[in-house]
Amino acid sequence: MRSVIHFASAALALAALAFTAVPFAVAADKPDPVADAKAFKNFFTQKFPKVKLEDFVNGPYSMNEDMHRQWEEKEQFPPYEFSLDMGKEMFAKPFKNGKSYADCFPNKGIGIRQNYPYFDAGEGKVVTLELALNRCREANGEPAFSYVKDEMAALTAYMAFTSRGKPFDIKIPDDPRALEAYQNGKRYFYTRRGQLNFSCATCHVQTPGERIRAEVLAPALGILNAMPIYRSEWSGMGTISRRFTTCNSQIRGVPLNPQDDEYRDLEYYLSYVSNGLPISGPGARP
Amino acid sequence: MRTAAYLVTSMLLIAGAASALAAGSEADFKAAYAAAEAANKEAGSLRNQWTVTASALAAAKKAADAGDFDKAIASSKEAEALAKASIFQATSEKEAWKALEIR
Repeated sequence: MRSVIHFASAALALAALAFTAVPFAVAADKPDPVADAKAFKNFFTQKFPKVKLEDFVNGPYSMNEDMHRQWEEKEQFPPYEFSLDMGKEMFAKPFKNGKSYADCFPNKGIGIRQNYPYFDAGEGKVVTLELALNRCREANGEPAFSYVKDEMAALTAYMAFTSRGKPFDIKIPDDPRALEAYQNGKRYFYTRRGQLNFSCATCHVQTPGERIRAEVLAPALGILNAMPIYRSEWSGMGTISRRFTTCNSQIRGVPLNPQDDEYRDLEYYLSYVSNGLPISGPGARP
Repeated sequence: MRTAAYLVTSMLLIAGAASALAAGSEADFKAAYAAAEAANKEAGSLRNQWTVTASALAAAKKAADAGDFDKAIASSKEAEALAKASIFQATSEKEAWKALEIR
């Protein structure tokens, strides 16, 4: 009789464990973008209590007063101005078939940067602005631009400029594939890679505001709002694709191809957690 | 005297044979290079190759083309070790990334 009681108690205990542990495990693993974005903002605003939320988009220039002054002076004669002018001209120039970029985008491509990247339900993947621009070109019989060179930087610079001040408004639709893309982007952001064993978060979450050699590391919050950027280190403009691939090679990892799924998902994640922060691109960085 | 001469000759012969054995051959290089390439390919399937692995593989090929198989084998082995480290990293990071997450 005693053994029967022991057996029944054990069975009850197991059942109780099963009922309590399983939902917990599922809940812990299920992505919650809203909670993530809140925690992301809290982390940075607590780490840098003197920096206003909207000022994080200025990257290293938001990290101290001296650097902020440098940025204000730089903005008098911004180094990205040539790129911006080039982008404006390119954007207005019709393709050989008479159509233009304006025909490919909502609101004729003006003031829409804050909505990219978006999840495309038809394709089941994330579509970035750079990708959409090249698809527009190809659909109109034009060759695609390199994702890491000046033409793409110029076009995105102009589109960002027409969207300045508009808050990032990235949507994650009620679609498990969108949530999966978001989660993949998050995983990529935190995964260590390369011989230096760095993740994106190693520099941009754990040590923003600190120096890595002569450079001040930017916080991850708002890091894409200023893209594309003129970098003094590059002596030229850089797209988001250029930023991602060079980050990878700097830590001695072989970069993926620009606009591979991982980078698209990473952009989706990073943009989403910066929702509400204003577009400030094109930007300038040391 | 004759015995001493035999002894010296034998020692020289042994030394020569030993150095011939120690020197890497083209076949050794090919085997070491293939092992390194296979490991790097596996790292590629995990989307986690390292630039230094590619550099070591290139150095191995360059040394082999110059006929320096000792150096070519050493670079191949270095490349294999680096590729295996990148595989370990990718495998352990499948779960370890969560420890860095802002919550």
